[in-house]
Amino acid sequence: ENVDPQKTAFLLRKAWTLYSVTPLYRFHRARLRDYARLLSAFIAAEKQKGLAVEVGVELDIKVAVSSLADLRGSEQDQAAVLVQLSSRSRASSTNSEDKLVWSGWFCSVYGDDLSENVPEDFTCLPLFLTHGAETYTSMVGSWFQKTFDCCFRRLAISPLNLSWMVAMWAGCKLDRAASAVELVFSVPHLSQPLDISYAIHPEDAKALWDTVQKTPGEITQEEVDVFIDSLYAHFHRHFKIHLSAAKLVKVSTPVASAHCDGIVKILHSQYLSGVLMLLTELAISQIQ
Amino acid sequence: HLATSLPLPSERDHLRPRIDLIVFMIDIKSKYSLKNVEASLAYVDASFFLGKVCFLVTGVGRVNACSIDTNAVCKLGEAYCSPVLFCELELEGIRVATAQRLLRMLQICAGHTPGVSALSFVSLMRNFDGD
Repeated sequence: ENVDPQKTAFLLRKAWTLYSVTPLYRFHRARLRDYARLLSAFIAAEKQKGLAVEVGVELDIKVAVSSLADLRGSEQDQAAVLVQLSSRSRASSTNSEDKLVWSGWFCSVYGDDLSENVPEDFTCLPLFLTHGAETYTSMVGSWFQKTFDCCFRRLAISPLNLSWMVAMWAGCKLDRAASAVELVFSVPHLSQPLDISYAIHPEDAKALWDTVQKTPGEITQEEVDVFIDSLYAHFHRHFKIHLSAAKLVKVSTPVASAHCDGIVKILHSQYLSGVLMLLTELAISQIQ
Repeated sequence: HLATSLPLPSERDHLRPRIDLIVFMIDIKSKYSLKNVEASLAYVDASFFLGKVCFLVTGVGRVNACSIDTNAVCKLGEAYCSPVLFCELELEGIRVATAQRLLRMLQICAGHTPGVSALSFVSLMRNFDGD
């Protein structure tokens, strides 16, 4: 883990909306400043067309595109690309500060499955994470799609994948006191929607995972099943409810939380690489 | 005849007609349905596994709602020498086609198709890798 924590601090404790992105055609890292300019012009043009983002306030949007050299898994991965939209209100004085209104970043962490099979002119950055207003996401996405002939899709996370996440992340060793491990379920087929939240002390969750996992560093589907089934059995013993019949919609652990709509929050820089690796894998399987 | 689990209540045994085909339905969105099927399998007489059992996995159209590892279901099918069918009941075309397939299988299992018996399904299931 040789990523500078200063550089990645911006990632933590923010809710990122996930997308999968197909490879970018003729994306040149040397031209990032040009891209920022072009994207800025595109956004200004969209606003001229009447695509108002904030009513009543005149905003100039400044675009910055940068490369995050350390944010990658292997040497085969492309370094991450960060796009930031800041606003400066025209009405206020010239020495007012820029306010960050939207950020989005493309990354690939151990995305060899995809990059191995792709021709020369393509850049593989299959995972796209955004934070900020949907209208900006849409504009940035449109520009990238037009410029690099790529395709964005919202990345949904199935209950099966969420159960992998909670098993993996609950088992992570953390130095400081940690928040609870929580699983949130929605119960279908009822006249009134019902949500069930199941919170477990993080040390109990880790202890359970430690009894299940056979080889450190390796996780199998069977181990995840045993872990999850144990949690369900415990719940059933107390409440006589079969959580296995409900839909797992969100998992939270001290390391990260994830929602089935494709929204994640990374809470700890220590396991950043592992989290991004899993998300990269999900993005790639959605593309293929 | 529909049942939520096995064994069937013994009180009605004498009124029940002969069972020619058992279809175990697994909802891809519900791990509980898989566990229920696994538990019910224990109550099925071994003779049924000569072509008179099949697994029907429903809800496959909704990949993002998947709560079950489909590999596990395929392994279940292999373990019990029975076919695994995948379908999406919410789509009318697939629903109708699946119903027709099951009906065809039932006709064969009930002995209504001359020259073909339930045992044919077992030989079709056999894996020819390495032969």
